[in-house]
Amino acid sequence: MDGFGVSLAFWVLAAITLVAAAGVMVSRNLLHAVLFLILTFVGVAGFFVLLSADFIAMAQVIIYVGAIAVLVLFAVLLTPRASRDNGETRWALPGMLLAVCLAAIFLFVIHDTAWKTRDGVPQGLSASDLGTALLTTWVVPFEIASVLLTAALVGAIMLTRSPEEEAEDALA
Amino acid sequence: MTPFLVSDKWYDIRDLGNLSRALLDAADKVLPGGVVYVLAALIGFVASFLLFVLPSQLIIGVYGERRIIGRMQSRLGPNRVGPFGLLQPIADAIKLIQKEALTPAQADRVVMYIAPIIFVMPAVLLWAVIPFGENMVIADIPVSLMYFLAVSALPVIATFMAGWSSNNKYSLFGAMRIVSMAISYESPLVLALLGAVVMSGTISLSGMVAWADQYTIWMVFVQPLALVIYFICVSAELNRTPVDIAEAESEIVAGYLTEYSGMKWGLFYGMDIGYALAASGFAATVFLGGWTLFGLEKWVPGWMIFIGKTHLFYFLFIWTRGTLPRLRADQLMAFAWKFLLPLGVFNLLIVSTERMLWAEQDYAKGLIYVFALVNIVLSVGLVYAWARFNGYRPERSPTRPRLVKQAGGYIPVGERP
Amino acid sequence: MTPGIEHFLTVGALLFCLGLAIALSKRNAVGVLMGVELMLNAVNLTLITFSRFTVSPNPIAGHTFVVFVLTVAAAEAAVALALAVAVYRNRETIDVDRLNLLRS
Repeated sequence: MDGFGVSLAFWVLAAITLVAAAGVMVSRNLLHAVLFLILTFVGVAGFFVLLSADFIAMAQVIIYVGAIAVLVLFAVLLTPRASRDNGETRWALPGMLLAVCLAAIFLFVIHDTAWKTRDGVPQGLSASDLGTALLTTWVVPFEIASVLLTAALVGAIMLTRSPEEEAEDALA
Repeated sequence: MTPFLVSDKWYDIRDLGNLSRALLDAADKVLPGGVVYVLAALIGFVASFLLFVLPSQLIIGVYGERRIIGRMQSRLGPNRVGPFGLLQPIADAIKLIQKEALTPAQADRVVMYIAPIIFVMPAVLLWAVIPFGENMVIADIPVSLMYFLAVSALPVIATFMAGWSSNNKYSLFGAMRIVSMAISYESPLVLALLGAVVMSGTISLSGMVAWADQYTIWMVFVQPLALVIYFICVSAELNRTPVDIAEAESEIVAGYLTEYSGMKWGLFYGMDIGYALAASGFAATVFLGGWTLFGLEKWVPGWMIFIGKTHLFYFLFIWTRGTLPRLRADQLMAFAWKFLLPLGVFNLLIVSTERMLWAEQDYAKGLIYVFALVNIVLSVGLVYAWARFNGYRPERSPTRPRLVKQAGGYIPVGERP
Repeated sequence: MTPGIEHFLTVGALLFCLGLAIALSKRNAVGVLMGVELMLNAVNLTLITFSRFTVSPNPIAGHTFVVFVLTVAAAEAAVALALAVAVYRNRETIDVDRLNLLRS
């Protein structure tokens, strides 16, 4: 991964992603936090492109920005009287302390390990290889994931039905 | 891919990439480091957007669309400014630039400023992956089709940002309606494009054009249903009539655009047309065969063929806009979830079966024509049968006005029998 | 300075800890969900990094794992937000400090 462009891309993307993630934490408005979250998703998609995972990058934008961020926006807008000031709970300080300690442990482990890396880009990373792997080696988790998605769909719809709609569909 | 008569000379206009490549090679010797990439991006932007898109967007989009819709509605379009009204886009641009772009007092200024910028992004970004001709792609990534889907998720966020930051109830209503409509129509869109991917075996747009060239058939003949579903879903993503509950002028003032004036509104309006052109170019590449025309591209430059096909598809957009009335929001949702999504699944089923049969015959060329014929008949039958199953029947002879309840419209929960 | 495996892993670790801090400290339930999504993104980044940089006979396994994480994250976000909306309908709040009916 040589080249001036790759290094520049990495540092710019790292700056964007981490600043946006910090923005999710410190912004005083919940909707601003959601917009920063969307920026983080796009930054992580950029990282995926840098790591030769173009299919996953596009899937990340389609699923996270196109679907999950919209879901979060809907949830924020369907709860109008909830507090939208993005404040912290009572357990904020111990939580952040725990996160800092965990970060210290992670960073120590990362920089202390002798990673055995390869030199060039691996061979079989294209979308067709991913499709073959998903349908031959990993077909059972694939089918289970589809069942999981159906269960989530049914569950989400059932959780948000109003009592009249439930009474209408009940087996009398 | 079959070799074409495109040469390597820089003056060969059948492959405009030659000129830019010669320029970039000369620049690479002079400039330091990786600065040539910036120059390449600039040339790509100038070549694709400023030379191809913007003139056709201004002329065909702003002027041509209003004129054609006017003629369809038995009235003249704009014909005052300049000869035959050809300077209308320039007059519009000047008017919008000199207008004061008001911001409401309590509105969120930063978000309101950024929303048109994010709305512009898909229309410009999409031209980076569309092949204008052989070797005339700015970024030939192997997953171009998914790039289109990824980029089409951005206007949804921009619409929501515009609606929420205006601090206006009607804007918020409009924004929520559009966001729910856009995400409803994303699922059938993905399924329709998935049918095209399964048939050609590649996700990249250059691969699609190569497939159309290798088997000398356009994807639209093999899968007409996919094109119809794509057309309806992209109309919904672009907020065009008949699915434009976004700018329903008679319903909610101007929806999410209520508080936008001046060039901010001009950006939304211009990029409506720009994104429609980009989606037409995308459809021309995937479904209509791209820059190939059954061998004609040896004499006619490929990019001319491509531009012709793009505008042909854009004329379809203009045609439906001038002809069809607007659908109601709940009718739209029912249409997407109950009608288009199962149709997309049926299409995928049929296409997968045919692809498997085709692979067993070692991709014989004649078999694809048989599949095209079978698919056309099946698509027509499927649409008709599924519409009847869903209760959509054509009105034979409407005699008197019908009320919403009798017409089968939405009945609120408390009033149902 | 070309980015190596340690750079990407550092970014992933920092993103994970930021997500953890957000998930543990936000008062709004939707804010907690945002932290969880950040954590899942960091995990995806780490998986792709390992798939790209380490020597293995099957580098596509990292990508398949990421596809499953994406799927589960989408399903979990849908159900969690449906839960938040349902709780809001009954309690008129989604403040995690005030949802304490099970407390003794």
